[in-house]
Amino acid sequence: MPANEPPRIAVRGLSAYFASVAAVRDVSLDLEDRRVLAIIGPSGCGKSTFLRCLNRMHETVPGTRVEGQVLLDGHDIYAEGTSPVTVRRQVGMVFQRPTPFPTMSIRQNVAAGLAVSGRARASRGQRLEIVERALHRAALWDEVKDRLDAPATALSGGQQQRLCIARALATEPEVLLLDEPTASLDPISTQRIEELVYELRREMTVAIVTHNMQQAARVSDRTAFFLGGELVEVTSTERLFTSPSDPRTEAYVTGRFG
Amino acid sequence: MARTRRTRARRRLSNLVMQVVMYAAAAIATLPLLAILAYLLIKGASAVSPTFFTSMPQPVGEAGGGMANAIVGTLILLGIASVVGLPVGIGAGLYLAERRSAPLASTVRFLADVLNGLPSIVMGIFAWELLVRPVGHFSALAGGIALGAMMIPMVTRTTEEMVRLVPVSLYEAALALGYTRWRTSLTIVLRTAMGGIVTGALVAVARIAGETAPLLFTAFGNQFWSTSLREPIAALPLQVFTYAISPYDEWHAQAWAGALVLVGLVLVISAIARLATRKRPGGGD
Repeated sequence: MPANEPPRIAVRGLSAYFASVAAVRDVSLDLEDRRVLAIIGPSGCGKSTFLRCLNRMHETVPGTRVEGQVLLDGHDIYAEGTSPVTVRRQVGMVFQRPTPFPTMSIRQNVAAGLAVSGRARASRGQRLEIVERALHRAALWDEVKDRLDAPATALSGGQQQRLCIARALATEPEVLLLDEPTASLDPISTQRIEELVYELRREMTVAIVTHNMQQAARVSDRTAFFLGGELVEVTSTERLFTSPSDPRTEAYVTGRFG
Repeated sequence: MARTRRTRARRRLSNLVMQVVMYAAAAIATLPLLAILAYLLIKGASAVSPTFFTSMPQPVGEAGGGMANAIVGTLILLGIASVVGLPVGIGAGLYLAERRSAPLASTVRFLADVLNGLPSIVMGIFAWELLVRPVGHFSALAGGIALGAMMIPMVTRTTEEMVRLVPVSLYEAALALGYTRWRTSLTIVLRTAMGGIVTGALVAVARIAGETAPLLFTAFGNQFWSTSLREPIAALPLQVFTYAISPYDEWHAQAWAGALVLVGLVLVISAIARLATRKRPGGGD
């Protein structure tokens, strides 16, 4: 990738607060186009909060506040007049626990985002096509193709999580945020999702928060290490795990704390 | 050794005593309903026949007759009450659940609780003052609205509770997909909570089905066939009341039969509510 290509997302001086407590302090980093950024750090280091600032989910919690800039393709998503709803349609998100909509079938779940993404006028056939494609991309198609109208809650936990990824992919976001997507899954499901993340970087920008350093090493191009709400270091994954420049990073990745 | 045996014996004894007390309390709690049902069946079953549902009240002295007008009247009143009470109640409940900590929300919550405890006769007088006196005559509409107003606080509180049971994670998932707040509430959250809300609505309908006091000066009752919303209308509880205080034995029998049908109606609605709860996806008993 040429070095002069502009980043997909440029974060500048971002701070995030719960009431008066800063969970994220003055973070600046770039998310490069079609690359996977892993965000690691001990519990409570602000990595999830940081991720939730990238699609304006942080502000949905009462009493929260964000300072600084998040430039998506050069436009500040926190600029006045920018709707969080528009931002979230461009920046998809998958959460730690699978969140299929329990009243909907598998098919309806995947199509749930389409209804609001301006593709509402897509014909039935087009919608089917989009649903199938999204399920293919999420590596779930073969397991559910014969029961698309079954309730989503009938799927296993790992399948539900891939369904949530398919749901996020169906609206063709430019960026996908994954907040510990495998934390509640078994090893086989985890492996499938990791393979998926690795594939997705061909088409989009991905940021993944994880507790699991091996996972970060396996799926990401670059890794950011957070500690106490601050960004300690962000560099290529290989470098961060082999020769980090900050002693705190080294202590963490070698398992001396956290 | 002897001591542990003694404590163990004492534990067993207290366990036994408490178990007996609990079973007794549970039995006493269900006793009134069983007693009422049994008594109603003894007194009223003989007068309940197919014609009871299809024929009109007979004049004094003539045997037989039914309460077709009162049964239809009660159904019409419940229909009006639902049209009034459900949208307002569900809307208010949704508001309370969404803005749970807003100052206005706690005020609304408090007022709903007060309204819930308001004696139904007061609701009747109020409806009379507002809907009957200005018009100059009793009407089905006034009765239905009075009952609907009674439903509002019940539906509001159950809706709020059901919506609060919807996990925040679902709400966030919808927002992250680019749903607006109102769309999330009206589609994802409301649909997920729908089973519980339907149950709450049915329970509210069952509760007001037997209300008599608010109808005394609104729907008023009617000895004749009427389905007009602008005219006084017959209702089962009113008919039972009229017959029960009459001096005629035939009418007393009819009152028992009416009461039995009314209780049957409430039981059926409650049973449907139970079934609706069981079908709730992801939830259930």
